[in-house]
Amino acid sequence: MPISVDQYAWDANEEYLFKAMVAFSMRKVPNRETTEISHVLLCNVTQRVSFWFVVTDPSRNHTLPAVEVQSAIRMNRNRINNAFFLNDQTLEFLRIPSTLAPPTDPSVPIWIIIFGVIFCIVLVATMLLIISGIRQHRRKNKGPSEMEDSEDKCENVITIENGIPCDPLDMKGGHINDAFVTEDERLTPL
Amino acid sequence: MARTPGPDQPVDGGGEERPAWDNKLQYLLSCVGFAVGLGNLWRFPYLCQTHGGGAFLIPYIIALAFEGIPLFHIELAVGQRLRRGSVGAWTAISPYLGGMGLGCFTVSFLVSLYYNTVLTWVLWYLLNSFQHPLPWSACPLDLNRTGLVQECRDSSPVSYFWYRRTLNVSADIGDSGPVQWRLLVCLAVSWAVVYLCVIRGIETTGKAIYFTALFPYLVLTVFLVRGLTLPGAMQGLTYLFTPDLRVLQNPRVWLDAATQIFFSLSLALGGHIAFASYNPPRNNCRRDAVSIALVNSMTSLYASIAVFSVLGFKAASDHGRCLDRNILHLINAFDLPEQSVSRDTYTVALARLNASQPAQVAGLPLEACRLEDFLDKSASGTGLAFIVFTEAVLHMPGAPVWAVLFFGMLFSLGLSSMFGNMESIITPLLDLGVMPRRVPKEVLTGLACLLCFFTATCFTLRSGSYWLEIFDQYAAALNLILLAFFEVVGVAYVYGMKRFCDDIAWMTGRRPGFYWRATWKVVSPLLLLTIFLAYVALLASSPPHYKAWNPRYERFPLRQEKPYPGWVLAACVLLSFLPTLWVPVVALGQLLARCRQKTRDPPQDRCPKPRGGRAC
Repeated sequence: MPISVDQYAWDANEEYLFKAMVAFSMRKVPNRETTEISHVLLCNVTQRVSFWFVVTDPSRNHTLPAVEVQSAIRMNRNRINNAFFLNDQTLEFLRIPSTLAPPTDPSVPIWIIIFGVIFCIVLVATMLLIISGIRQHRRKNKGPSEMEDSEDKCENVITIENGIPCDPLDMKGGHINDAFVTEDERLTPL
Repeated sequence: MARTPGPDQPVDGGGEERPAWDNKLQYLLSCVGFAVGLGNLWRFPYLCQTHGGGAFLIPYIIALAFEGIPLFHIELAVGQRLRRGSVGAWTAISPYLGGMGLGCFTVSFLVSLYYNTVLTWVLWYLLNSFQHPLPWSACPLDLNRTGLVQECRDSSPVSYFWYRRTLNVSADIGDSGPVQWRLLVCLAVSWAVVYLCVIRGIETTGKAIYFTALFPYLVLTVFLVRGLTLPGAMQGLTYLFTPDLRVLQNPRVWLDAATQIFFSLSLALGGHIAFASYNPPRNNCRRDAVSIALVNSMTSLYASIAVFSVLGFKAASDHGRCLDRNILHLINAFDLPEQSVSRDTYTVALARLNASQPAQVAGLPLEACRLEDFLDKSASGTGLAFIVFTEAVLHMPGAPVWAVLFFGMLFSLGLSSMFGNMESIITPLLDLGVMPRRVPKEVLTGLACLLCFFTATCFTLRSGSYWLEIFDQYAAALNLILLAFFEVVGVAYVYGMKRFCDDIAWMTGRRPGFYWRATWKVVSPLLLLTIFLAYVALLASSPPHYKAWNPRYERFPLRQEKPYPGWVLAACVLLSFLPTLWVPVVALGQLLARCRQKTRDPPQDRCPKPRGGRAC
């Protein structure tokens, strides 16, 4: 059972804690409430912190079947992991497969939510563009009939006399009087 | 102020004023956006890597100078001068060449079908990136929750998500299966977004292009900065750019460079002609052509630096994990203390153990972990984006953010190219006056998008991705090369080099120099013909096959190579030649019409003047 530890050194006290956790797991099994720490035996401890362990029954005559111990540890795997600040990958029990976490499916998949948002935005924008296009179209159709009488008043018509363009008097709101333009601009060029 | 009349000023298409760009920047960005597409990101880095790194730039630059830029200049000049989409422009150059416009139109239609399907896949991934952990990070549990799904366990979570959860791909192209509703709704949104942006032609795409053309550069810069700070990035980059000049002896490298520059600039689709037709007639299209082509190539280089720094990181982390697995085997077998062997001391420790206990070491399932092997695992196309890069993103801290940025960038890259594709479909339709003038433009674009959407649903079948490969290889490649060849020959010989040079002088103020005339008359046509023949030879050299994803294959997760069935081969051949058939068909039709007119009319007017004023 390999452990990968970098937060604390593995010493006899940690082994005691491990035995305590195993005993605790066994005590939760019906008929095994009297398991003591002294019933848990560790052997073949290597430098890599891996070892074999067995649990004996109260009379210390025989060891308990592996299946029972495995199921007990499986039930309390989380508590054992947390006691050592480890997880299923760093605290590995050989022959005890981890229970896989159930998939956390939200009630509505997230992609549908984002899809709904994007679709609504696109729909609204398209509607706005189409409506503004229709309005523009209608204004253009109504427009040419109204513009015809104002065409005569168009300021762009520039009359030319004697080769000199005459700007119509543009009052510019009364600020500038074009009739008093400087002399050299009005004189015919020599 | 009287304007000097240009030679043979054509009447504008239609009595109404032609729409125009709001400013020059919109036009440049539209052309850049059309040219810069997904290929710049996932084809160019792959080619660079497999064809000798920095040495690939030599054939690439040569192809750019002798094929890319001259062809591009022709397209922009033709569009700007004749102020019509592809169909109208080629008919104006010569009625016998009208089929070219129809060919461009057909190819654009086919390309937009499958291009938007790729965008659909990108959109699906984008929608799934807004969660942590990302759905392709872990295998799902099987039905009775005792283990992982078999298919996922045998391949990898990323491949499983792509082949099963996205495509739900069938094992054979003949087995089309039902329409995948997830892809169908994403396809609908994809086409809705395209419609939203092209609804009023360049009026709306001109606004949208500011975002879609510039956003990818922003994201590329972010990825570049992040990528360069990741461990392993520099190894990836040095591996990519280390030149191996021996590859220049391989003709395949030159072919790949030529085809890459050709498809990268999106030539012969008619999109650039359409964009240029909205320009003011006096615009320096030569400067535009050179600058846009250079921007496109610079973007390819920029993108490959960003992509390869991330792929270098992925290779380094895969290599690290490979070493970790080996170290675990060693530690388990020899009961060594934890962390006594680190990645750096692995080789020393292995040598020591091998010397002392070789038999035991030989019995361990150790993998050969070489960084070069991981760097060599290159991929292009959808494999790069949806498998390799998504896996790389998983290991970056803050993975969902990077996934969202990456797929957002891919979506806007593809969208700006779609604008060009749709313009090359819509502009000819508008110029031909397919719909009566009262009908607003929005209806025409809507109908075009709707038709494309319904036709593209065939790609959402379970065999859709196999068909997409067929469309990509056969419908686009050969036709575009042929059409480009006809373009150059049509302008240089049918329209007349002198006349074309006069037009350009009128538009830009300077006659084209020797380089341009030499490439248009001799170099580019020869180059295109060579590329076409080489491509056909390449396709014919091996029987066409495809790689199927078959979980029941004995060498799964390797993909099973299967030959195409007969009816699929027939479809391939049809796709390869049908669009270009418009050219001889229309030419023949025009010839027959002329002959009939000549025999019917009295022979005084032997030479009817076609529009465009060229006497026969």
